[in-house]
Amino acid sequence: MASPAIRFDTLGQVFDTRSGRTEALRDVSFEVARHEFVAILGPSGCGKSTLLRLIAGLLRPTSGSVEVFGLQVGEPRDDIGIVFQKPTLLPWATVEDNVVFPARHKRGRVSPEERERAAALLRMVGLEGFAKRLPDELSGGMQQRVGIARALLMDPDILLMDEPFSALDALTREVMGFDLLRIFAERPKTVVFITHSVSEAALLADRVLVMTGRPGSVLTDVVVPVGRPRGPETANEKAIHDLSAYLRSFLLQKAA
Amino acid sequence: MTSVPTYAASSSKRQPKAMTDPVAGASPFFRRLATAPGMATLGSLIAVVVLWELTARIFAIPSYLLPTPSSVIQSFSSIGYDRWFVHVWATLRVAMIGYALSIVIAIPLAILMLRSPFLSRTLYPLLVVVQSTPVVAVAPIIIVSLGAGDAPRVVITCLITFFPLVVSTATGLAATPPELIELSRSLRAPAWREITQIRLPFAVPYIFSALKISITLAVIGAVVAEFCASEAGVGYFIQFSTSMFRLPQAWAGLIVLAAMSLVLFQLVLFAQKSLFPWSLPKKD
Ligand SMILES: Nc1ncnc2c1ncn2[C@@H]1O[C@H](COP(=O)(O)OP(=O)(O)OP(=O)(O)O)[C@@H](O)[C@H]1O
Ligand SMILES: [Mg+2]
Repeated sequence: MASPAIRFDTLGQVFDTRSGRTEALRDVSFEVARHEFVAILGPSGCGKSTLLRLIAGLLRPTSGSVEVFGLQVGEPRDDIGIVFQKPTLLPWATVEDNVVFPARHKRGRVSPEERERAAALLRMVGLEGFAKRLPDELSGGMQQRVGIARALLMDPDILLMDEPFSALDALTREVMGFDLLRIFAERPKTVVFITHSVSEAALLADRVLVMTGRPGSVLTDVVVPVGRPRGPETANEKAIHDLSAYLRSFLLQKAA
Repeated sequence: MTSVPTYAASSSKRQPKAMTDPVAGASPFFRRLATAPGMATLGSLIAVVVLWELTARIFAIPSYLLPTPSSVIQSFSSIGYDRWFVHVWATLRVAMIGYALSIVIAIPLAILMLRSPFLSRTLYPLLVVVQSTPVVAVAPIIIVSLGAGDAPRVVITCLITFFPLVVSTATGLAATPPELIELSRSLRAPAWREITQIRLPFAVPYIFSALKISITLAVIGAVVAEFCASEAGVGYFIQFSTSMFRLPQAWAGLIVLAAMSLVLFQLVLFAQKSLFPWSLPKKD
């Protein structure tokens, strides 16, 4: 049997700082299958970003293990892309140069194929014709699209998204969600998507993990009972509404 | 009691509106001239000079106390271009070499301090000590130990320009968004590329604000050095002129010095505008 894309096994994470010890995560175990879209919900500070940094290999677990495609994560891998909460583009580089930045940064040069890929990615995220613009000439939503294109440049198997839409207004956010559905329908990826929005999680994900703090651990693991492809009409489906309502009441109950 | 602040607030809001257009009645040409950038500065400058000339003449103030602007202007031409050139070049040379040397040392040092917290901890107090020691007091000592020539003057200029450059560059290098550093690490890129492709460009606005401060300090450093020992330079010229009670000449030297600082400052600004336009604060 093929190994899952991501596997957490009784993982614990403790931070030792000058101001004291923080137990960020305790006994976290879950799996993400290949090409599965998993959303993670949870209160602020429960260790969601820490979870992503563990998968990305930017952090070593204190106890337990994190595996990606069957291999213990030691250092960052080439097949993982990251989208941050803020777009954090290079303000001096054009949109196109921002998208090819990972290649230039890793190897010091950009191949013509990567340039072509960048153009295709910009088309895919709806930014055709903006290649030569500077980031501050773009709206927040457009900047985040550039951030997504940048994360997809190396065609990673796994995409880690840390509250990618939380800085956007409600309407833009919804549009971005549908665009994401379209992008992953074209080219499936394993996605771990952190959000604070219950309806966004239900609409986009195959599975929703709910975490509590602290120390953070996985409380429930819910399968979204809606198939793919999904689109704007999916948002009106009863199953999505019911799941959203369930998750919302669950979170409120835990927060109380 | 409550009505007073309300009244004050509304009146302060109205006030600037009533005073918006001082040249409302003027013809379009004069209105445009009066609102052109720098016009207000030029106007007030001319007013001050005229007032100065009149005061000095009416009260017959002796020229060694306060020379008239006209006598200052006269002494400009009586000095002659070749002598001006010698002095300006002497000061400019020391200021520029000291400034360049300061940049060449400060930026790599700031990078080293970023890479090594130990170095940062040990160097910062030392830098603060050097910075808080008055250069004027150290200058004679340096001149005695380094002897004649440009070397001691360059060192003095370096000392005075160094601190802002190191501190600003170090601050800028550390002000990079942490996400981009994580991106760099997740790509397993070579560490030096994190410096050249992310941290240094992000530090450019910080570096340039220090470059602007330091360019004026460089002129000050060169002049301080000339005061201690030298046979050429605008600072030397001013000192020499005052010792001979040629005050109009000294004032002319002062104006040359101010003009030099101003031009150098504008050059730095121009370099930033043309090389790194994105690093300037946005105007809306
Ligand atoms: N490098 C670190 N050093 C020390 N403590 C850390 C570090 N990174 C995270 N923490 C702590 O771990 C806990 C979890 O942090 P994390 O950023 O993962 O939370 P989060 O769920 O992403 O929160 P948010 O929803 O606000 O983004 C917090 O208490 C935080 O203070
Ligand atoms: Mg977070």
